[in-house]
Amino acid sequence: MTRTAALLGPLMLLLGLAYLLPFLGVVRWSVTLPEPGLGQYHAALTDPLVLSVFWRTLRICAVVTVVSVAAAYVVTLLWVRGSPVQRLLVELCILIPFWISVLTRAFGWLALLSNKGLLNSWLMSLGVLSQPLTLVRNEFGVIVGMVHFLIPFAAFPLATTFRGLDERVLMAARGMGASRARIFWQVMVPMTRAGVLGAALLVFVFALGFFVTPAILGGGRSVMAAELVYLRIFQSPDWGLGAAVSVILMVCVGALLALMMRQGRAGGAR
Amino acid sequence: MASDRKASEIEAKSITKTFGAFTALDRVSLTVGRGEFLTLLGPSGSGKTTFLMVLSGFEAASSGSLWVDGQDVTRLPAEARGFGMVFQGYALFPHMTVADNIAFPLRVQKRAAADVARRVEEMVAMVGLEGHAHKRPSALSGGQQQRVALARALVYGPPVLLLDEPFSALDKNLRGQMQEEMKRLHRETGTTFVFVTHDQSEALALSTRVAIFDKGRLQQIAAPEEVYERPANRFVAEFLGDINILPVSGDGGRLSFEGQPLACDGVGTTASHIAVRPEYMGLHLKQPAAGNAIAARLTDLTYQGAETRMGLTTPGGTLLILRQPTGALPQGLVPGTPVWLSWPETRAFAL
Repeated sequence: MTRTAALLGPLMLLLGLAYLLPFLGVVRWSVTLPEPGLGQYHAALTDPLVLSVFWRTLRICAVVTVVSVAAAYVVTLLWVRGSPVQRLLVELCILIPFWISVLTRAFGWLALLSNKGLLNSWLMSLGVLSQPLTLVRNEFGVIVGMVHFLIPFAAFPLATTFRGLDERVLMAARGMGASRARIFWQVMVPMTRAGVLGAALLVFVFALGFFVTPAILGGGRSVMAAELVYLRIFQSPDWGLGAAVSVILMVCVGALLALMMRQGRAGGAR
Repeated sequence: MASDRKASEIEAKSITKTFGAFTALDRVSLTVGRGEFLTLLGPSGSGKTTFLMVLSGFEAASSGSLWVDGQDVTRLPAEARGFGMVFQGYALFPHMTVADNIAFPLRVQKRAAADVARRVEEMVAMVGLEGHAHKRPSALSGGQQQRVALARALVYGPPVLLLDEPFSALDKNLRGQMQEEMKRLHRETGTTFVFVTHDQSEALALSTRVAIFDKGRLQQIAAPEEVYERPANRFVAEFLGDINILPVSGDGGRLSFEGQPLACDGVGTTASHIAVRPEYMGLHLKQPAAGNAIAARLTDLTYQGAETRMGLTTPGGTLLILRQPTGALPQGLVPGTPVWLSWPETRAFAL
């Protein structure tokens, strides 16, 4: 017990100094600036602008979660159960972008999707389009960038789930004459449900705090909660409201993490 | 029940299976009779499971052909063969209830709901799982899960049931119980059973015939009594229980062991070794007046309850084992005691 404490101590101290103390400072701002009280929370939860940002954040995160997890499911299926060539391809396509900075990737998407970007230029020079499609500086661009970033985070836990799948159960279903579609929907998907839920929670929690991707690909029009915090603190000095939005975001993330841990424990006990 | 089922005959012709440079099956030919209970027996890596996988269609043979009731099914995939299969570890659907597990193959066949419900109920009763139909597999014991796997594999009346080491996860008492159950199911369904195991007593207890594999080759296929009493070769003799192998010479037209003349029915003088199962050997403190007898010295005694197992060495250095009912042992046996071993002329065979 004391050994564990001694080993964990330095990490706890670091986390306390680097995260907990500053966060408590943010909590203090949220209830003291500009005057003491819960006024900023009241404002955050009634101000139409702030509320619209919250709704947009939830909407984008929900769409991103569904799309990333669905895409990651297919990708992981190929990764774990595909032919050696498929495995290699998937590994390259997942792992290489995984190591590239989020900033670089956002600018990459900008170069590809903007009005004068590669995709629009090609489509226009081919005569498919006469007007460029608006693919960035809107929610679509934000979702594309976030999905691309988050697929690996869904793929890793899903890969663990797939690797733990008892091959013989799938063989048994096949031996009974079940079609591939039936095996997929009635056997594989239900058997990997816990992994899908885990991946979805992870992606959602991660997506809630996204800042760089929405800032670049949303172009200031599709502001999400984290960007709102930044704007309130650095551009329109309204530290109290920024702090209150921060705390609300943190509470949401904390609640989801608690849910995730409870789920993980239930899964382990089963 | 048996009347609406058909049992198939399977003929394997020179089945070979290679994985890269490794030959898992080497020209295996055998016929499984209609309604037979054939056991594939062998040590791990002997090819028995690979052979079952080729029968099932989950693995394709590298060469050779497979015939079911005169039809060539060599290229037919598992899903088209319609065989029932019980996997090692049962492979039940963990997210479905017992009833849904058993109903799965019927739903695949798009049977009417009432028919499915009736068949599931029949199978649940047949394997003795009444009252458990609504439970998930994880809420059942190993033996009960085994029954679900059997019910699921038999519910659609397959002409062949393939079983891959189904009892390997069960404790010894439960195994005995499930063996009885299996025999009963075989009797009641009349289906052809092909069963893989590495447990020789299980193979001898259950099967109508046993096929013994080693290093990818079929060593012998025969009834349990025959493989045990008349093994085709040394591997089979040694794999099935304990055996004493005596080097003999046929010089002068008479078999002898370490200079001691022996009488053995049906063993020619060209034999280099004869074999005798330890349970057919008798122990004596003095040389018996007549019959086969050889001298040996007791080297160790192991008390095993009803039986006592003994290790012995002959003057020529051959190691022998002997099993005797503990109650029939002479008093005062200790390691080092000189003894005589005898056996009936009919119980030895050439190897």
